[in-house]
Amino acid sequence: MMAKLRQKAASIALIFGFFVFWELACLVLGVSDIILPRPSQVFYTLFERWPAIMPHAAQTLYTTLVGFAVGVAIGVFLGALVGSSKIAYDTAYPLLVGFSSTPKIAVVPIFVLWFGAGTVPAILTSIAISIFPVVVNVATGLATTEPELEVVLRPLNAKKLDILWNVGLPRAMPYFFASLKVAVTLAFVGTVLAETVASNRGIGNMMMIASSTFNVPLVFAGLFILATLGICLYVGFSLAEKHFTGWANRKSEIVTV
Amino acid sequence: MSKAGSPAWHSACFLCVQEDIGCLVMLREWALRREREQATPVGACTTPQRHSDPSVRDPMIQFESVTLAYGRGESAVQALDKTSIKIGEGDFVALVGPSGCGKSTILKLIGGLISATTGYVFVAGREIGAEDVRIGMAFQNPTLLPWLTVRQNVMLPLKIVQPFRADWTRKRKTDYRDRAEALLAQVGLSGFGDKHPWQLSGGMQQRASLCRALIHDPTLLLLDEPFGALDQFTREELWAVLQELWLTRKPTVILVTHDLRESAFLANRIVVMSARPGRVIEDETVPFERPRTIAMTYDAGFVALNQRLRSLIVEVRAGNEVSLGAAA
Repeated sequence: MMAKLRQKAASIALIFGFFVFWELACLVLGVSDIILPRPSQVFYTLFERWPAIMPHAAQTLYTTLVGFAVGVAIGVFLGALVGSSKIAYDTAYPLLVGFSSTPKIAVVPIFVLWFGAGTVPAILTSIAISIFPVVVNVATGLATTEPELEVVLRPLNAKKLDILWNVGLPRAMPYFFASLKVAVTLAFVGTVLAETVASNRGIGNMMMIASSTFNVPLVFAGLFILATLGICLYVGFSLAEKHFTGWANRKSEIVTV
Repeated sequence: MSKAGSPAWHSACFLCVQEDIGCLVMLREWALRREREQATPVGACTTPQRHSDPSVRDPMIQFESVTLAYGRGESAVQALDKTSIKIGEGDFVALVGPSGCGKSTILKLIGGLISATTGYVFVAGREIGAEDVRIGMAFQNPTLLPWLTVRQNVMLPLKIVQPFRADWTRKRKTDYRDRAEALLAQVGLSGFGDKHPWQLSGGMQQRASLCRALIHDPTLLLLDEPFGALDQFTREELWAVLQELWLTRKPTVILVTHDLRESAFLANRIVVMSARPGRVIEDETVPFERPRTIAMTYDAGFVALNQRLRSLIVEVRAGNEVSLGAAA
């Protein structure tokens, strides 16, 4: 318990120290704020321009969450499909790898071509980018389900769907949550990417405009917002993971009764 | 249900089986359904009546020269060789024999986990998958699902099997919960319902898995060495629980075991299997009165039966072919 607290304190001290070092380094070396603004300037901009930044942040968060949710839904469905049988798994895998290794920045212009600039391509990009980790993880979780666990339901005349629902999917939950943490950060990448290329709203767009007017503190403020949003969602899913898949992380809690 | 007609009907089926299996299966299904519909008045309960004399019953389980090989070609392992067994409804049969003789394979065949390489397995007169037979199965390993609590694990069959399934959302919090708790208490696990399986010892998990096999009031109970991991005292306690359950509900029970004393204490019939590939070499009726007590297991007659079975198994383990049982 003590060790855990100390470790947490060290983490906070490190983050704080990082900003202090940055601030001091800029002051001592006399770095111009057009190159690298000091953290204090960034925070000042953040507060001063908050009414202007807020709608952009909301737009980015909204786009990301919609894209992420749809991506995860599709991912779970495809993962369940692919993971349900060995043949499906082996057959579909090369195609999945092909899709995933296509750089997503390359598809943004296609989405823009199809749907015009704005919210839709941003959502589509974050969908496209967050599907793959979910598919792979859910499929792997299902494919590695111990046959002994499925066998429990088979004599009960359970349908395939019953087995999937009661054994396969719960068994795949730890894999699923691991993929959510990856997918949510990737979804941000997708959104910001699309906003940077073709949108008139969102943090990505705001940063583009700010950098073109050399308003570097505002660019960094945007970065800071993105980092904060990413961290918040990551932490949220970590907590959910702990809650739902505690059974899978039970190393030291064998209770003797 | 016309009981005399159906065995003859089956043998007719076997004759023409080479010609058209698909058609035959459909035909048989249809005929059986007809038979059932004619026999049962509309709205009546379809659970077959239970008689006291085993000879009048329909066979609950029927193996017709079943062969089973694991794997294919050269590396195939022959687990069962032309095995034919009939088990009456409401009977309690113990399968014993040297390890690797296909005892568990028989249970897997009945439970529909694997299908026969050749031959036929009938459960309640149908090939595997009969909807109206409620199977409860307990395995050598507890195989409890780690993400559920012990109580949720025990309640799992109620979520799957009709008619309980229909009431799942309404009853699971109260009736089903009580039902699970009552069973857990019976095997000495009251107060452990909210624990997760990994928080229990191996023997406790095994007992919980036994509860899971029993909760949906199965008409066919398949037990694969369920007491193997338990100490002798717990084991004997659970024998009594199982005997009690069998006496009150009369399910058909098939028990695979290595413990001859257990088989003689619990079963009406003891079927002895040969070494791999397994065949039935002895089919022994257990004469002792019920309810049996642990004290009876030390009586001369009981011990003599055990010793006879023991020497038989020792013989087949050594590879000596024994032909008396197959002929009898």
